[in-house]
Amino acid sequence: MLELKGITKKFDGKTILDKINLTVSDGQILTIVGPSGAGKTTLLRCISGLASVDGGSFMLDGVAFDPATNRDNDAVIGVVFQDFQLFPNLTVLQNVTLAPTMVLKKSAAEAEQEARQLLKQLNLEGKADLFPYELSGGQKQRVAIVRALAMHPKLLCYDEPTSALDPDLRREVEQIILDLKQEGMTQIVVTHDMPFAESIADQMLRVEPKA
Amino acid sequence: MHYVEQILPSLISGTGMTLSIFFWTIIIAIPLGILVGLGMTTRFKPLTWLINIYVWLMRGTPLLLQLIFVFYGLPIIGVVFQRYDAALFAFILNYTAYFAEIFRGGLQAIPNGQYESARVLRLTNWQTLRKIVIPQVVKIVLPSIGNEVINLVKDSSLVYVIGLGDLLRAGNVAMARDVTLLPMLLVGVIYLLLTAVCTLILKRLERHYSYWR
Repeated sequence: MLELKGITKKFDGKTILDKINLTVSDGQILTIVGPSGAGKTTLLRCISGLASVDGGSFMLDGVAFDPATNRDNDAVIGVVFQDFQLFPNLTVLQNVTLAPTMVLKKSAAEAEQEARQLLKQLNLEGKADLFPYELSGGQKQRVAIVRALAMHPKLLCYDEPTSALDPDLRREVEQIILDLKQEGMTQIVVTHDMPFAESIADQMLRVEPKA
Repeated sequence: MHYVEQILPSLISGTGMTLSIFFWTIIIAIPLGILVGLGMTTRFKPLTWLINIYVWLMRGTPLLLQLIFVFYGLPIIGVVFQRYDAALFAFILNYTAYFAEIFRGGLQAIPNGQYESARVLRLTNWQTLRKIVIPQVVKIVLPSIGNEVINLVKDSSLVYVIGLGDLLRAGNVAMARDVTLLPMLLVGVIYLLLTAVCTLILKRLERHYSYWR
């Protein structure tokens, strides 16, 4: 369970996030919606530790933690970026196994076995030895999801997962997110796509631009 | 033909000096260039400021002048180099500056998202650099590094100014002594052979890195 209490974020004195409170229960999907410039992505960056906050606190499973400095491998927060940010110099398999072997110190064999299983689960069988440039947009996104899952995150965050996809692929990512929910994954999805947000959300947070 | 056989040994020994300057400069200046290039991308202002002055000095004055300063100028303040060491020192200083600029450009071409993506995967800075950033930078900078490498083959001829006997000087001596242009023709052919080998190796390297885009 993730709790945010009074999260505040400013840029150059301008308040972007003003005392945000929210709770995401285990296995739930929270969608963060709102117009461009409202701070959706900023909030996601604060939760995933890519941006520091100017006020407020985070709790993960009842324990206070600071995403920006947290290095606990049992409290990983996975991120699927809008433009995926796969590593172009590594194969799909290497993209997925890099962090498990280097950070979690898994053996190459164990990491590979797990990666192949995840790739199969997300319909990426046979793509393990390709490089990112050889994949379609939807495939890249699924590799990004697999790469995040391989770190056994407590929480998986998506930044605008439908923005680069055509309508068919939108339904596909919707299904992936719902399938992961079945497995108990807690997920936070930033999107400006209202129908998509409504169809997956257990809880919805609207953020509005500050005047 | 007989004449060619006569002058060839001195040209070959001159080539030895040219190659020696070439190899040691490459071997030392490229790693130094990576380090200085990394230094240029840090947010620690005094460091970037210092490096910028160094790069400005090295790129802003002729290498010939730098050779003269190192060999004839530094002894005035008590730093004395042997001829060969002076040449190598000046070449390394000069080429490190060029390589640093190239690596800086390469480093800045890596999108911030790559670092962020590595960070959320909990990779350390060093792991990120080694596994993700450097392999991508190497691919980006190869063509520019290749240019400098070819330049270096020819720039090495500047060492004549502090009395070192390289390939060009060997040819020059023979030309002045025998009053014929033939030695210089041979010198040209040898430089072309050297740069041809460099070009081939660089092409190979670029092909080696073409398996991803």
